[in-house]
Amino acid sequence: MSILAITDLHIDLRTSDGPRPIVDGIDLVLEKGRIHGLAGESGSGKTMTALAILGLLPESMKSSGSIALMRDGATTELLGASRQVLAAIRGRRVAMVFQDPSTSLHPQISVGRQLTDHMRHHLKLGKREARARAIELLERVSAPDPSGALSKFPHQFSGGQRQRIAIAVALACDPDVLLADEPTTALDVTVQAGVLQLLRELVDDSGLSVLLVTHDLGVMSAVADEVTVMRSGRVVESAPREQLFTHPQHEYTKSLLAALPGSALEESPEALVHELLAAPIQEDAQ
Amino acid sequence: MTLPTVTTDEVDPTRLRWRRPRLRFGRWSAPLGIAGAAVALIWVLVAIFAPLIEPHDPLAQNLPILQAPGQGTFMGTDELGRDVFSRVLSGASVTIPLSLLLVVMSVLIGAVLGAIAGFFGRWVDELIMRITDLVMAFPTVILAMVIAAALGASLFNAVLAALIVSWPSYARLTRGLVLGLRQSNYVVSGQLLGFSALKSLWRDIAPNILGPILVLASLDIGTAILLLSGLSFLGLGAKPPTAEWGSMVSDAVQNFDSWWLGLFPGLAILTVVVAFNFIGDALRDALDPKSNTLRGGGLTL
Amino acid sequence: MTAPVLTTSDVVVEYRGRPPLRAVDGVSLAIGAGEVVALVGESGCGKSSLARAVIGIEKRASGTVTFGASDVPVLGIRRRPRALTGMQMVFQDPNSSLNPRRRVGDQIGDGVSAALARGEAGSNPAEWLERVGLDPNAARSYPHQFSGGQKQRIAIARALAARPEMLVADEPISALDASTQTSVAALMRALCLEAGAGMLFISHDLSVVRRIADRTLVMYRGRIVESGHTETIWQGPIHPYTQALLAAIPVPDGAGRLPITPMDADRLAWTETIPEALERTAP
Repeated sequence: MSILAITDLHIDLRTSDGPRPIVDGIDLVLEKGRIHGLAGESGSGKTMTALAILGLLPESMKSSGSIALMRDGATTELLGASRQVLAAIRGRRVAMVFQDPSTSLHPQISVGRQLTDHMRHHLKLGKREARARAIELLERVSAPDPSGALSKFPHQFSGGQRQRIAIAVALACDPDVLLADEPTTALDVTVQAGVLQLLRELVDDSGLSVLLVTHDLGVMSAVADEVTVMRSGRVVESAPREQLFTHPQHEYTKSLLAALPGSALEESPEALVHELLAAPIQEDAQ
Repeated sequence: MTLPTVTTDEVDPTRLRWRRPRLRFGRWSAPLGIAGAAVALIWVLVAIFAPLIEPHDPLAQNLPILQAPGQGTFMGTDELGRDVFSRVLSGASVTIPLSLLLVVMSVLIGAVLGAIAGFFGRWVDELIMRITDLVMAFPTVILAMVIAAALGASLFNAVLAALIVSWPSYARLTRGLVLGLRQSNYVVSGQLLGFSALKSLWRDIAPNILGPILVLASLDIGTAILLLSGLSFLGLGAKPPTAEWGSMVSDAVQNFDSWWLGLFPGLAILTVVVAFNFIGDALRDALDPKSNTLRGGGLTL
Repeated sequence: MTAPVLTTSDVVVEYRGRPPLRAVDGVSLAIGAGEVVALVGESGCGKSSLARAVIGIEKRASGTVTFGASDVPVLGIRRRPRALTGMQMVFQDPNSSLNPRRRVGDQIGDGVSAALARGEAGSNPAEWLERVGLDPNAARSYPHQFSGGQKQRIAIARALAARPEMLVADEPISALDASTQTSVAALMRALCLEAGAGMLFISHDLSVVRRIADRTLVMYRGRIVESGHTETIWQGPIHPYTQALLAAIPVPDGAGRLPITPMDADRLAWTETIPEALERTAP
């Protein structure tokens, strides 16, 4: 069953030379209770796609198409939705976790309040109930010393712990969809392992649906159920995880896997150097 | 320490080329800058060609005294029978070159000292900065007045006094800019390749700090003009009978009823200072479109 | 291994604080000509501090660093001694590694000049651009006209143009696109070997390091916990930290296997010293 459907999404950047396409017509379906990986390199448009879902695109970007959130038979159109609709959806039905653990939490508000504030707003909980639920959430994400953590501030935690807390904040109102934009990229690999395990547990145990945006194909291989690969604003390939990694169809996907140590298609260092030197000069940076 | 973020080629939404102007003033800064440059250019040409354009000899006292404008002269005559218009034109050739010279010398002295302090650090930095602090601790105008008074009233001494009080801000600015770049990878790379301190400063640091210094200098020209005119106004600068705007305004105080005596030199000072200020603002905005200007009435994110 | 080009002995780097923070806690290593040695570890382990101490950007609290026959001085007011321009560095951030106001050809030319000053062979900047896979005609361009990955390659070209005997690379690929990381690392290896230079390659990415390093040093909390022949360590890590590190790497084979999360109890074992884990040789 689908929970989020992106159809023919276009995002253009207004420049002094006219509109420049960032996302050029993509389709994506997120199934309920699954982790859908959105893979691509810098500039592929994957982050903008995630931001578009929650109406977080900067003013200079124009979007068109459809992003539909489906629940209990009712469909809510998110693209171009009014502020009231978005306010009701954000945090409550669709939540987001970002890349940088040092800026994903407000540095001057206690962890407890960051958890309970929007819970109380969206779910109309009383103070005590909210607090109890906050402790529960922190336990769920294996944050250290959950009841003590409520009165602490983000800087008192490590990067990995902050990311877990950010996930707890995102889950506070029991959303249907979690958008995760490079959630483990800034973390050490041993810390990343724990966060990936957490994501997988949340999906398997509570039926959460996750759109995981990352460039890291290793992470995709570990937790994603389906993978969509983007390049220059377009979808290049979309397939179940195992199929994508063992039998990629598109040349671009194959080249990504070839450059990746440990993948089935991995190439030797000599071959990689040869390709690098023989490659036509890419277009200059903007 | 966190691991680096991934984006090197990513479109960063905060650094977009198309930017709706959010500064109320900022939107105008380019046209105003051009207007300022035009006015400044006119004045510079006046300063150069004054002897050729002026209708009368600025020092000759041969006209009817205290004549209002419109009765034969464009800007009237003063209490000694001199043509105000000619004196205003001639004043440009005094004030503008000296102010430009003042700024250039302040920048040279200040920037060199600041660069040395920033690059070498430690005791060199301490020494230079304490001297800078010492000079900066005095109110600029008062210190200039004291120095000019001590040296004796003359245009040369006024410039010298102004120079002494002006270089510290450039030293501070340059030191800060140099410190900011000192540990940059490319500067360190240069050192690893055997660059001497001079080579590092000249090749790697100087070209990358010129911008802000240039902006400060252009905004400072107005201040220099006001300082020199101010000193002359107080009798510490140009000596009579030299035609200089500040001393003209000072003389005008005695003949308050003859409004043209103070108005025109005052307007001259005003237009030149504002012109250079607009140039400076436009340069600053051109170099950093995200800069804030409080004059616009709002900070922008 | 023939006489090593770079050796360190018990290097200690400390940062101010109460108590002072020991970023590097007594590290000794040796790198020979034509050898690629990787220094790996997670954030905060001290690998960058060690790299910076080795090349002389950072002050050492104690210990020695020897390059060729001379002790490596800290970079200071004095000009770098000529012989030491034989040790060059590539930094993590490509965007600040090049002077934005000078043409890239000129900057590579600085490397050439350094080589000439030491009596080494000169070279042509355009040639170097070609050797790192860029258009030789681009020598007249400015850094902002290139992408991050391209800038990093220019920085590498500049370092190698100085014909160094030792190249210290501090996380040189971390800021690049994932698809070019391995390629650029492999390129660095190839160029160093061609030049007969040694390379100290610092990285947190073990997968890439496995492909290009002859020997690997695993660092944890300022100490080397395991070291030796790369593949030997990879096939059979001895130290618990190395084991945890390798087990935590997600393998991109599509199997949907979660990497192993180390437990808090496991972490206690990471501070142990296990002599057998050090200086391991290939079987």
